[in-house]
This record gives sequence, structure tokens and C-alpha cells, in this order.
Amino acid sequence: MRLEIKDLHVHYGKIEAIKGISVVVNEGEIVTLIGANGAGKTTTLKTISGLRKVSSGAIIFDGQDISNVAAHERVDLGISQAPEGRGIFPGMTVLENLEMGKFHRKNRKAEMDEDLDKVYTLFPRLKERVSQAGGTLSGGEQQMLAIGRALMSRPKVLLLDEPSMGLAPQMIANIFRIITEINKQGVTILLVEQNAQQALQRAHRAYILETGNVVKEAKASDLLNDPAVREAYLGTGAHS
Amino acid sequence: MLNIRDKGAAIWEKWNRPQRVTFALVLIFFVALLPYAGEFPLTSFLNTPITSYQATLVYPVAMFVLMALGLNIVVGKSGLLDLGYVAFFAIGAYTMGILGTTTGLNTWEILPIGIGLAMLSGLILGLPALRLRGDYLAIVTLGFGEIVRIIALNLKQTGGPNGVVGIPNPPAIFGQKFSLDDHAAYFWVIFLMIMLVIWMVRRFTVRRPGRAWEAIRQDEDVAALMGVNLLVYKLWSFSIGAAIGGAAGVIYASKVMFIAPDMFTFNVSVLILACVVFGGMGNMWGVILGASILAYLPERIRFISNSRQLVFGMVLLVIMNVRPDGLLPRKKREKIKQKEAK
Repeated sequence: MRLEIKDLHVHYGKIEAIKGISVVVNEGEIVTLIGANGAGKTTTLKTISGLRKVSSGAIIFDGQDISNVAAHERVDLGISQAPEGRGIFPGMTVLENLEMGKFHRKNRKAEMDEDLDKVYTLFPRLKERVSQAGGTLSGGEQQMLAIGRALMSRPKVLLLDEPSMGLAPQMIANIFRIITEINKQGVTILLVEQNAQQALQRAHRAYILETGNVVKEAKASDLLNDPAVREAYLGTGAHS
Repeated sequence: MLNIRDKGAAIWEKWNRPQRVTFALVLIFFVALLPYAGEFPLTSFLNTPITSYQATLVYPVAMFVLMALGLNIVVGKSGLLDLGYVAFFAIGAYTMGILGTTTGLNTWEILPIGIGLAMLSGLILGLPALRLRGDYLAIVTLGFGEIVRIIALNLKQTGGPNGVVGIPNPPAIFGQKFSLDDHAAYFWVIFLMIMLVIWMVRRFTVRRPGRAWEAIRQDEDVAALMGVNLLVYKLWSFSIGAAIGGAAGVIYASKVMFIAPDMFTFNVSVLILACVVFGGMGNMWGVILGASILAYLPERIRFISNSRQLVFGMVLLVIMNVRPDGLLPRKKREKIKQKEAK
């Protein structure tokens, strides 16, 4: 399993949001894309999951160019996304949300209990809330639900779009701990984050995006110690 | 605010199977007797002044309930705003009108053809239109409704503005005649269709299509991320709704024996949509109640003639202010969902 983005361009109408980026995610890695608002992080993820169309370039997954595969078919290939802003179904219960994560599998009954157990082990809180409507959960619980639901499809690669957004510091630490845990269970992770500190601590490699371009690619630990990066993204540079 | 919907659902959930079957049978029995309600002293308040009570019961009441249930699948269940639902009604009606007057086929033979054509037109419209979202879809469907009416107005085969005259009534089934002065048989046929639709929607709701529609309604993008084939499930929803509209159209044309383009205006689409919204989008029982009231009320208050539409409008305004989610809104999902028995 290897996810490779080659010279990807994506447009919103006439505006070019992604201006030729190349990213590689190897099996078993946590790779993070960090950058400010409008850098193109979310657009990149949406293009990988198929919600946005590729203008030019290629998305190669398991050796196959999936640029023209429909979004709903990419789930079958093993790409699963926990969308931006949590994106749970507010009117469905926690259980129904999780069951939706298995929608693409025709005979999902057989695997259902097993995978529900796995998700409940990672997120015991979800088990307590199983019959509650998704929209009534707290922000952190909704994020857990979004990640848990994405795991229900047994993904090879998990795309996470700003899992820390709008969460309390303690909950952020908790979520990132679980992300590492999921990765240790063999799921490759592509993580988009504004919380660079946490993301770089957890990831193996990182790409820094600025206005649709990759400006830096390195091992995450190197970036954590890079003075320029510290100043721009970690707020702990020379001035502090 | 009194929550009849949840109270009713709670009672229903407490019942075991025999109790549910008994209740359903009793309900069916009493609804089937509705055509004669005007003759019993106890229920004679239902009688509509000026217009015939039985005729009112068939059209608009039963017919509106049927169509509102069909539109509810599209608007309520899958969240696709269709403002041209009358088109499918018209296609069903014209299929009956043209085939009924030019071929020897009778109503029951034309019914599946009408349903098929309505479904087909739903597919043809849906394929390009369902790629659009929200307001854009509404505008395209609105246009489609008008296109169908204008084609009927200009085509020689549809009789232009004069419409189609002399459409045959349905032949008798089981010795039950369909005549101009006894409407009970029409009511029972439509009632049967309504029950079929209710059964069908209940099946769908707990299975894959129902789940997919619900996901699409709540968030299209996320539904796609779950592996829901958006276009396929939207097309299903759209063409099932169209089929029900077409069925209603066939029966309607066969009953009134005469159809013309001005029966299929935008107003009808809006009125059916109002039934859905008024009753409670997405909840079948609410939609049935809403359609019954909106169809029945204008006839019941016909004695105030000129101000009747004013009163009707005021009732709509007041109810929608007091109950913005409709009379019986869809269930707020907070209860424990029992795992389906294996």
C-alpha cells in the first residue's frame, strides 16, 4: 500500500487552489500536511477522497491511478476520510453513524459486531452514547465518532481533516494519542492539521503547504527542531 | 407542545405483533368505510356542503394523500426539493387519456404503462438534474413541470388546450362498478395504492435505500465518503416518487374522464409540497394527515365561498407558525434503536 500524489492541480472554478503538489504516503506511516488557512490542505484531502475533481496530475493508490474513480468507489479501495468539521450525521444515532461507515460493504452484518467492538475499545465514550443522536454529542465526542465511523470501513489509509479543530487541549491530546494507537494497529494515516506542534510530534514525516504549494518536506522530528518552522508554525521561535 | 408523534410511536413500540396487526386491520376497516361516513349521524359532520362528500374524498383527499406520500419520498426522505411533481401526475393522466381513447386498453392495463412512463421520465429528468444540488435542482424540476404542461398544450396528440375528452372509466373489478355517482370504488382503489406505498416506504426505510436517502439528506458529501452512490440512490428516490405520481394521474384521468393542460399547473406541485411540509416532512403519518386536511378543508368550508381561500391561507399560516416542523414532525432521533433480530 502506498499513496502517491503526483504534481496535483485542483481548481475551484478559475481559481487554482492546488498548484502542483507531490506527496508520498508509505505503508504504516503517519504523514501530516501542515499549513495556514487557505494553504490547500483540506482541498488536497477532498481530492484524494474524490469529493473534488483533479484538474491535472495523478493520485496513485496501490499502483493504480484513481484520479477518475468516483468518491463512493474509493471507499472500497480502502480510502476512508473523517471529514472536516467532523461531518457526522447529526440526526442519526451514534450506532447508526457507525453503521453508515460500513455502508459500502454488501454483507456487512458479519463484520459489524467485530468492528463495532474495535471502535468501542478505542473510544469507550462512544459505547456509552450509542443510542444518542450524533448532533447531541460534544465536539470531542463528535470527532471520536467521525474517526470511529471512518474506521468501520476497514481502511488501508485513513484521511483525517483537522481532528483537533475546536477542541479543548486535554481532548486534543487524547485524540492524538488515539491516532497514534490506530496507526500502530496497521492503518496508514494522512493527517491534515493546523495544530503543528501535536501533528509533528505524532507524525513520521511532514509536508508544509503554503498557498497551494509544498514548500518543505522532511522528517517530522527535524521540522520540530527547525528554527524557521518553529517561528512560522509553532509560535515558539526566536522571538519567544 | 404536545408530541403526538412520539406518544403514538411509544404505544406502537410497546405492542406485540398480534396487537399491531389488529390495530392495522381495525384502522383499515374504518378507513374503508369512510365513503359512507356522510350517511351516519355520528360522522355526518364530515359532510361537505355544496360538493359531494364522496367525490371530495376521492379527489382531492385520497389523491392528495397518495401524491403527497410519493413526493415525501423525494423531498422528505432524500431531501431533494422537487417543484415539478405535477409533471409525473400529468404524464400518468395523459397516458391514460391518450391510450384510453385511442386503443382498446382499459384502465388497469394502462396503469402499469402510465407508471412505467412516469418512472422513465423521472429517470430522464433525474440523470442530468440530480447532479445539481438544492436550489438548482428545485429550479430545474420547476421548469420540467412547466415543460410537460406546455408540451401538452401545444401537441396535437394531446388535444392542445382542449385536452382529451371521453376517457373511459375503469371496468368493474370483483363486480364493483366504477360509476359517475358512486365514488366508493375509486376510493378503495386509491386506498389500496396508499397502503401499498406505506408498506413499500416502511420496507425501504429500514434497508439500504432508506439509509442512503437519510445520509444524502443530512450531508451529501459525507454520504459519498461512506460509499453511497449518490446518483443511483437519488435516481431511485426520484423515480419511485415519479411512479406514484404517475399512478395517481392514471386513476385521476380515468375518473374525471376529461383532462386538459390547465389541470396540471405549478399550483398543484406547490399544493402537494404544502401537504408534505404542513403534515411533517419525512414522516408518513404526518404527511397523510397534512394532505387530508389541506385537501379536505377548502371543500368543507366552501359555504363561505369567497373568503374560503383566505381562511385556508390563514389556517396554513397559523399552523406553520405554531408547528414549524409540521403537524407530526419526523422523529427526533434520541431513543435506543433496537438491534434488528437476527
